Amino acid sequence: MSETRVSFPESQRFAPPETRRDFLGLAAAWSAVAAFVMAMLGALRLPMPSVFPESNSQVKLGRPEAFLKGTPSYFPQHRLWVFRDEGGLHAISSVCTHLGCIAERGEDGKFKCPCHGSVFGPDGALLGGPAPKGLVWVELTVSPEETLVADTLKAVPAGTVLKA
Amino acid sequence: MVEGHTQASSTEKPAARAGRHAGPLRQFGSNLLTTPREFRDALIRHGKPTSDRARSQTVFSNFFLHILSVRMHRHSLKSATTLGLGVATFVLFVILCLTGVLLMVYYKPSVDQAYDSMLDIMHVVPTGAFIRNVHRWSAHAMVACVFLHMARAFYTSAYKRPRQFNWVVGMGLFVLTLGLSFTGYLLPWDQLAFWAVTIGANIAQSPQELTDALGVTGVFDPGRMQKELLLGAHYVGQEALIRFYVLHVIVLPVITCVLIAVHFWRIRKDGGLVRPASADAAPEADGFRGAQAPRRAAPAPLKTYGLMGLMQGRTPAVNREMRNTVPTWPNALYVIGAATMLTVLAMLVLGYAYDAPLKEMANPAVPENPAKAPWYFLGLQELVSYSAFMGGVGIPAIVVLGIALVPFLDREKEDAGVWFSGPRGRRVTALSAALAAAAVVGMLWFTVRFGWLRNWEATAHVPQIVVTLFNPGTVYVALFALWSIGVVRATGSTRMGAIALFTCFLVGFVILTYFATVHRGPNWDFYWTHSEWPVH
Repeated sequence: MSETRVSFPESQRFAPPETRRDFLGLAAAWSAVAAFVMAMLGALRLPMPSVFPESNSQVKLGRPEAFLKGTPSYFPQHRLWVFRDEGGLHAISSVCTHLGCIAERGEDGKFKCPCHGSVFGPDGALLGGPAPKGLVWVELTVSPEETLVADTLKAVPAGTVLKA
Repeated sequence: MVEGHTQASSTEKPAARAGRHAGPLRQFGSNLLTTPREFRDALIRHGKPTSDRARSQTVFSNFFLHILSVRMHRHSLKSATTLGLGVATFVLFVILCLTGVLLMVYYKPSVDQAYDSMLDIMHVVPTGAFIRNVHRWSAHAMVACVFLHMARAFYTSAYKRPRQFNWVVGMGLFVLTLGLSFTGYLLPWDQLAFWAVTIGANIAQSPQELTDALGVTGVFDPGRMQKELLLGAHYVGQEALIRFYVLHVIVLPVITCVLIAVHFWRIRKDGGLVRPASADAAPEADGFRGAQAPRRAAPAPLKTYGLMGLMQGRTPAVNREMRNTVPTWPNALYVIGAATMLTVLAMLVLGYAYDAPLKEMANPAVPENPAKAPWYFLGLQELVSYSAFMGGVGIPAIVVLGIALVPFLDREKEDAGVWFSGPRGRRVTALSAALAAAAVVGMLWFTVRFGWLRNWEATAHVPQIVVTLFNPGTVYVALFALWSIGVVRATGSTRMGAIALFTCFLVGFVILTYFATVHRGPNWDFYWTHSEWPVH
């Protein structure tokens, strides 16, 4: 197949900017482009939320002494397990750290994710599957009116317990 | 248009001439009588398409047809050239727009009402279930047609100069099609929708695997930014639903329309469809109308290609034998019409015969088990079950970028327009397909049988970054890349290397999709059949 190409002299096709006028013209054009791009990026600021619908992440769980040793409680609407052991109280989120499904706690105390088969120990430690890290422990506090409060968006290091 | 004017004045109506000397009222009367004819002449400014000249006028003076050239190469019109896939994809997009607007009349993008409005559409709205079925199956068919259209363009070398940029535009349309499907998936607000989008949004967050490994997540967290931009919240909820709705019904369709226009316009500017050199051999008797132009004194051309003569490229009229082109009207319109009617018919039959599924209402407390994405994302879902970041972001980005860059890496000019570039290409394709199939099936068997790093005692506690970088998914990519480099070295041809790579990805995609669709069950465990799934 032959191809029709009309060739111009190299200098005519891509004339290098030589004069001051060319330079100023190019500078003006690129400034306009840059301003436009920045404006578009600025417009993207709007959909980046500064307040979240779940921003009140503090949830009340009841009186601390209601949680007994050996009988963990689950709060499905908060995706939260609350345990009491010798040291005190701790809470583990059941949201799988892989892709956000809800890991189910089995009879043996282990957590299993139904979506891609990640497995976590009774303390939330990663045992297998594609999850990058163990289940998240969330912060527990006792409010002035003696109610146990969990902050579902505030992670604490695994092993942190609340004496209450 | 100038030529329209000259024609109208030369065929002045006798009735109008007779009224010239009469009173204004008679003039009005005769004007009224001749109005239908005048209106027709104003609407269609040329005669019946009986001569080649009138046929070309029919095409280029019509707003809707002038995207087509007035004559087309006969090779472009054969069904074996394109299999009608491009037209089918476009027709499906049009069907989706029309049925989508109809569904918008009743659909309410609110978490309290979305599911109920779906039930209304399915059980109360007249023809609602049918329109929704057609929308659903057309969406699936459009994804399938985009895949096949891409494969056709690839194997016939349609990405080569001067069509490199149009190939890149096509990749953009491919990504947009998947984006339209994904955003539409959430809208029914059923269990499948909720959990598939939860998984999708967390894939957007998965770059944290990398930033965590580098220890910079606290300062630089693109994963979190992407997820928040997509969901407007930490979990899928009202904010996410309205965002997906806006993307699905206006943002993505508008961008898609613009890219479709560029895609079509580029086909014209790049000289029509790609064709092999053999297509310009002796003309065949293939029954196209007006193929043999009459030898009578031809009227002066109404349209010249003077400007286009200055452009590089291959327009049918530039430096090209006219004898192998046929008038677009009616030949191309028959072909396009046939592809359109077949596509519409298939969607109507599917919509009539099969109901689009709707699960129970979304329940953020209990995940669907297994939570499967639509079929075209299941290959990716198998990959994310090895590593969220690599399977969901890394490997798709590598594949899309790699395929988009093919025309710039392979610039060989030989055998354009020939399927598989001839017998050698067919051998490379077959060999690559066999190799990729063996590799993927072997690796799947291995991972199902023995697991991966975390399941072995010696490597149970390797850092996440090792799993991210070394998992079955990255092994496939490395194997395919090495094989293609080997093919380039063995054949001395970049085209053969491109064929090897593309074939490997295509076969890998098909097998992973099949495997995840059929053989993955609850907890993403392996099952031979659906009937083996545990009852729960």
